[in-house]
Amino acid sequence: MDLVVSLALQILYGIANLALISLGLAIIFGMMRVINLAHGEFLMLGGYTVVIATNNGVNIWIAMLVLAPLVVGVIGVVVERLLIRWLYGRMIDTLLATWGLSLLIIGLVTSIFGASTATTISPPLGVITIGSYTSSGYEMFLIVVTVLLLVAVYATLKLTTLGLVARGTMQNAEMSSALGVSTSRIYMITFGLGAAVTGLAGGLLAPITGILPTIGAVYIAKAFITVISGGMAILAGTATASALLGGVNGIVAFLTGPTLGEVALLVTAIILLRLMPRGITGTLFRKSL
Amino acid sequence: MQLKRRQFLASASAAALASPAIIGRAVAADGIKFVSILDQSNGLDIYGKPMVETTRMAVDEINAAGGLLGRPIDLKVYDPQSSIQLYTQFATQAAAGDRADVVHAGITSASREAIRPTFSRFRVLYFYNVLYEGGVCDINNFCTGSTPAQTVEKLVPYTMNKWGKKVYIIAADYNYGQITAQWVQKYVRDNGGDPVATEFFPLDVTNFGPTIKKIQQAQPDMVMSALVGGAHVSFYRQYAAAGMNASIPIASTTFGVGNEHKLISAEEGNGMICAYSYFEEVDNATNKAFVQRFRDRLGDDAPALNELAARAYEGAYIWAEAVRQAGTTERMAVIEALRSGVYYDGPSGRVQIEPKTNHANQNVYLAELKDQSFQILETYENQPPTDTLLVCDLVADPNQSTFKFENGLKAAGIDI
Repeated sequence: MDLVVSLALQILYGIANLALISLGLAIIFGMMRVINLAHGEFLMLGGYTVVIATNNGVNIWIAMLVLAPLVVGVIGVVVERLLIRWLYGRMIDTLLATWGLSLLIIGLVTSIFGASTATTISPPLGVITIGSYTSSGYEMFLIVVTVLLLVAVYATLKLTTLGLVARGTMQNAEMSSALGVSTSRIYMITFGLGAAVTGLAGGLLAPITGILPTIGAVYIAKAFITVISGGMAILAGTATASALLGGVNGIVAFLTGPTLGEVALLVTAIILLRLMPRGITGTLFRKSL
Repeated sequence: MQLKRRQFLASASAAALASPAIIGRAVAADGIKFVSILDQSNGLDIYGKPMVETTRMAVDEINAAGGLLGRPIDLKVYDPQSSIQLYTQFATQAAAGDRADVVHAGITSASREAIRPTFSRFRVLYFYNVLYEGGVCDINNFCTGSTPAQTVEKLVPYTMNKWGKKVYIIAADYNYGQITAQWVQKYVRDNGGDPVATEFFPLDVTNFGPTIKKIQQAQPDMVMSALVGGAHVSFYRQYAAAGMNASIPIASTTFGVGNEHKLISAEEGNGMICAYSYFEEVDNATNKAFVQRFRDRLGDDAPALNELAARAYEGAYIWAEAVRQAGTTERMAVIEALRSGVYYDGPSGRVQIEPKTNHANQNVYLAELKDQSFQILETYENQPPTDTLLVCDLVADPNQSTFKFENGLKAAGIDI
């Protein structure tokens, strides 16, 4: 029984982890049809912000929850103004351009901070004991944060004027433009918000992952698969795809081993996309956000 | 290349007319060609960058002391960017294009196996200075790094005595991890222990939660890790976050050679035990001077030193010593000299080529991690590569160029 509860929490965390690393990419993809291949590097920049800030004496909570999204959000806005906005509607070109951007970011971070940067942080919060099993309190905290983040994005899209205008622009950019909405500004804000969410995710993962300039590469594939499997709806897509893929991965990894766990995740995604080429939300929950 | 007689005469007479100038330039610029191929970007740069720095340092020192045989060493460094394809490309370039006198190359076993045949085919002397799973039996290839019989064989009984006999093995999912895991299983059984489970991880896994639950379920006395690369650093952090480092300690055959002990905090790493043939903290005058010179050279940016970085330095010096003894850079003469028992007293102590295997007899140190640095617990001097010695005898048959453990230990006739 202890094992079941503890394992269930672990799988829940696996799902939250997938949702956390994918949400920023989903926002940018869902709103703007731009696949940001520098997404992994945005996560890395969030992590680096935390490592550099804490090495300089900043409180870890401030570094994770304030600085990481702020820094990466600002970088996102700059990138959107200088690079992405020239390429709207040209999906292949944005893929290439953001891939180049990811190489540039890795190169810049390596030349500024070196191939690896020493850290002093360890996960805050203690250990949760369930019978003879222990789980990380910090990982439970991350589950809560992920849920809150999804709720916050939902509220922003559903309840605010910005959300309304953004959803309008997402459905029909030309019409919103004709109604006096500055779509260029909406795109800039959306890209910045997507980057900020990604930075927050990278910052939150900093205490429990290795942070290196090249670490983005291990996240991009999974985030990409999750977003494509989820389909166009930002929230419903990310949530359902994460639940499915993360759940399969966690259960198979526990029953067999991590290699087959990864295989199971990819096979599930392939079958899913064969059955639902437009992702989960292209077939189910079509009216959702 | 085929020359027609008339072309030959024309170029020969032109050469004869110009010969004083050509000869003069040839002597002055005729450096000894030393090529280094090591990853300085993408995932493996945590290993490769310090190795390139120490290689440069060794070559600069030798040149400052007057070079080799009165000639300077001409160092050329390639960055294969953690890509096997670029390794094979640069290996061919070094051998056929640069006509290198010696190549020091490769970090992962996968890269070594990709380029080793190239150097045999082009008859270019090849040094591999990285700790690995053992088993290369190649007259042209000198493997100076430590192998499991030197390190794991010490690490397993020491940690089993200290912590207990049930061992949970986790390893990276490629040839190094697979074969090293078999060595660990063998040594655990040899010492009367029980390798309760073995798990392999693709190099891009970052969520180790399910495995940590399995470790809690199995309740071993210790975990032995042969994880590799930046993504796997996450394991140590998540293990500590679940409070496991307090109850089930970790020993590792890889932790620290990519300076991982700086990438996790003190409380996450404290108590881990590792065995390598070099630690920055080794206490001797040669090493202290070496560390000081390295820091003076690179200033605040100097990375921590580990076995890979130290052995890249020592490997260059061993080769230089052999060239000095041979009196030439001609490949077979240098190989003969190396196999006559050439040694170098470097920062790690004495490193001496063992002629049956072209590996090295070397000191091995066992150390415990405390506050992001290693405290040396035990020193084992002059350890031979007994694993490779089981399957390789280049004295009896020098005409070999194979990787004996390619299909695992059982296929090589070793009971695990």
